[in-house]
Amino acid sequence: MTMTFSPQKTTVSDNYDIPSHSFDAGKKFKMVAENVTIRYGDVIGVQNITMKFPEKSVTALIGPSGCGKTTFLRCLNRMHDMTKSAKVEGKVMIDGIDLYDKSIDPIYHRRKVGMVFQKPNPFPTMSIYDNVVSGLKLNGVRDKKILDEIVEDSLKMAYLWDEVKNNLKKSAIELSGGQQQRLCIARALAIQPEVLLMDEPASALDPIATQKIEETITELKKEYTIIIVTHNMQQAVRVSDYTGFMYLGDLIEFSETRKLFTDPKNELTLKYVQGQFG
Amino acid sequence: MTTNERRQEYRTLFKQNVKNRLLVDKVVRIVVFSCVIIALIPLCSILVEVFKNGISAMSYEFLTTVPGAVGSGEGGIGPAIQGTLIIIGLSSLIGIPIGVMSGIYLSEYGDNKLARSVRFFNDVFMEFPSIVLGIFAFLVIVLVLGHFSVWAGAFALSLIMFPIVARTTEESLKMVPITYREAGTALGLKKWVITFRIVITAAKSGMITGILLSVSRIGGETAPLIMTILGSSQFFRSMDVPMDALPLNIYKLSQLPYESAQLQGWGSALVLIIIILGINLSVRYYFANKTINGVLGKLIKQGVLNKK
Amino acid sequence: MYTIHYIIYEHFIDNIQSRYNCVKKNTINYHKQGGLSDKIFKIGATIAGTFVLMIIALLVFQLISESYPVWEKEGFSFIIGTDWNPVDGRESFGALPYILGTLVVAAIAMLIGVPLSIGIAMFISDAPSKIGAPLGMLVELLAAVPSVIYGLWGLLIFRLYFKDWVEQPLHDLFGDSIFLFSGTPFGLDILTASVILAIMIIPTVSAVSREIMKAVPQQQKEAAYMLGATKWEMFKIAVFPYSKTGLVGASILGLGRAVGETMAVTMLIGNATGITAIPSSLFGPSQTTSSIIANEFVEASPASLHLPALIGVALVLLLIAIAINVVAHLLVTKMMKIKEGAINN
Repeated sequence: MTMTFSPQKTTVSDNYDIPSHSFDAGKKFKMVAENVTIRYGDVIGVQNITMKFPEKSVTALIGPSGCGKTTFLRCLNRMHDMTKSAKVEGKVMIDGIDLYDKSIDPIYHRRKVGMVFQKPNPFPTMSIYDNVVSGLKLNGVRDKKILDEIVEDSLKMAYLWDEVKNNLKKSAIELSGGQQQRLCIARALAIQPEVLLMDEPASALDPIATQKIEETITELKKEYTIIIVTHNMQQAVRVSDYTGFMYLGDLIEFSETRKLFTDPKNELTLKYVQGQFG
Repeated sequence: MTTNERRQEYRTLFKQNVKNRLLVDKVVRIVVFSCVIIALIPLCSILVEVFKNGISAMSYEFLTTVPGAVGSGEGGIGPAIQGTLIIIGLSSLIGIPIGVMSGIYLSEYGDNKLARSVRFFNDVFMEFPSIVLGIFAFLVIVLVLGHFSVWAGAFALSLIMFPIVARTTEESLKMVPITYREAGTALGLKKWVITFRIVITAAKSGMITGILLSVSRIGGETAPLIMTILGSSQFFRSMDVPMDALPLNIYKLSQLPYESAQLQGWGSALVLIIIILGINLSVRYYFANKTINGVLGKLIKQGVLNKK
Repeated sequence: MYTIHYIIYEHFIDNIQSRYNCVKKNTINYHKQGGLSDKIFKIGATIAGTFVLMIIALLVFQLISESYPVWEKEGFSFIIGTDWNPVDGRESFGALPYILGTLVVAAIAMLIGVPLSIGIAMFISDAPSKIGAPLGMLVELLAAVPSVIYGLWGLLIFRLYFKDWVEQPLHDLFGDSIFLFSGTPFGLDILTASVILAIMIIPTVSAVSREIMKAVPQQQKEAAYMLGATKWEMFKIAVFPYSKTGLVGASILGLGRAVGETMAVTMLIGNATGITAIPSSLFGPSQTTSSIIANEFVEASPASLHLPALIGVALVLLLIAIAINVVAHLLVTKMMKIKEGAINN
């Protein structure tokens, strides 16, 4: 057996304990972020993050407020295109295609990558039904039967169906905050994404709804790749297979959830998961 | 729950229409951008023509003398310049105090039914056709006195001015935090002292902006002057005889069939546009700068920006 | 608006300190006299505030009473009549042609000006502020140009190009088939006046629309982008439904301006009177309520019915303008409290 050494500089930073060969073994990665740095003018939001998101699994991003986890999540969907001052460097690959390739418009990817925001943002002038089908109509789906079917399926997945099935024509703003958030999840699911980004989706929900959403996440990962930002460590333990811990714009540690919480390699991670700061 | 296979089927239903949608998007972007260009063409053309044609009419004599015989192309627009300055001054004399006091009323006593209707009618009054205000001034002053009067013109223009001043004053005063008023009250100051010495001093720059913008607005008004000061070819003699003003002068000259008169019209227009755009631009420039400085200063004070 | 706070802060410090020393000396006096002086202050402010109500009441009363003779003689036919003859002995006044002229010219101006303004508002509200702010300021400069200069430019420059490059080709193409384009283009006609008027309402409509569009929450836009919308689709899904009411209000505000505008229209509309002023072709001369007043007011004798007739026309114009503006203000304020753009113009 011959050993070959790659001449390329490793993308894995020496300082951080990012999983090496053993982590990659036998996994298919849906999304890969390579050396991602995001700047707002002179301020650095996140710095040189390399992360691989295994297919059909849930990856959680945890860390104290302001550590850049939301900033990083938004770059996976090119949401920073709207923030004029934000600049993203590095590569984000989805199925081997670079999201930041100048020749490809972000709307090709956004169909594959659904997103749920921290604050519920349904379209206030539309009905519940229209909210869910808004993305489908953009994609040219007009068949009423199919639309009805997808609406029912998406609302069921978001655990909203039972509450609204009798008045789908009701305006979306008449729903409660928790219901609105589940409507937003349904709206994101309706475009049948392959990756689902969730930015603290449960922060506006009551415990019962939160539990239902977590069940949904567990159910969805059979088919979807889910990346979830959460400030709630218990939630990360409950729903995720992999967890990345971020601090001040750096990815400190990334490994299997169980491993990260029980046997962290980094002292900072240990302190954080033990609740010494946050 | 729907199976994953079914979901895979849904995906195949999605039309591969992204290219068309991006094309539509591109077309809309071009259309939207050309809207901006289309709007800027007249602005550029007006400025270029006024400057190009106006410059050739310009001379010291043109700016200071009375007009010569009709169509001769001699003489100048001295009375018109003088008249415009007089009418702006007089209108401000009437309009600013009323506007400022009205703004104080709306801001400091503006939380009742009467004030709300004042605010509403103030906004509606702001949009009254200026020619109707001219007729009003004609009816209550010219008709009563029996002759054209400079006061009638000033009154008509002050009616255009005061609602603008009132609303900008109100908004500026409202920007002053309530704590400043409370601080004044805590010191035992009376309300009018607090209003004039603390609140107005604090809101000064916003109020000045409003006043200057209203001045630039009335400086170009023509319609209400037709039936109040009529126009004249003499320098100001008394308040009780017709007087000239730049906008009136431009209107009159443009109606004459002589090329020399039209040239003088361009000259008049150049003087007027320099006065009005001068006020307008300097207000905006001054105000924009202050805003930035204010924000920077505030941030530096709070220690957010300390590298400077 | 941070400016004001900052400046206030500076003044406040100086002011309060000197005030404080002063107050310490005069506290007792202030308390004794303050009650009365504050009362006078409040009364003064209230009078100034209600001044606008008194003026409006007096204005409407004056217009009605001074135009009363013509209503008495003509009755309802003042509104629906088409004959306009101020000659002594054959006096007859019908304002319908001018009312129609006003409405037609303003409507065409809206048809041209509103889509342009919405387009401008879309561009500026979406552009980075480094580009958007100066462009917005440039467009608003259009509002600073006096009406009479629009008239002068329209009369001596624009009209000639417009006649040769737009009106004549339109006439050649459609003149025989569509009545709108019949009549020989002369440049002093309904279309020219409408186009100038359209340019004049652009700053108002675009500034108010822009502020309304900017007020659409970022989360709404992100929701649309998340679904894979292009920028145009984002406007369709997130911006327009959210700001519909306000945009309609902004347009009606522009209509109000267009209806009341006098000088540029007077200089360009061709000034027909009586039945010939009824709009029939885009290339025909007409007359609006405001332009007939500007043209004839000074010559009208207070002794005849001519002056009351013109004041009657002014009353009609005022009622149209008030109706339009009340609707616009209700819509815009209903949408939200965006007033700054409207005030500054």
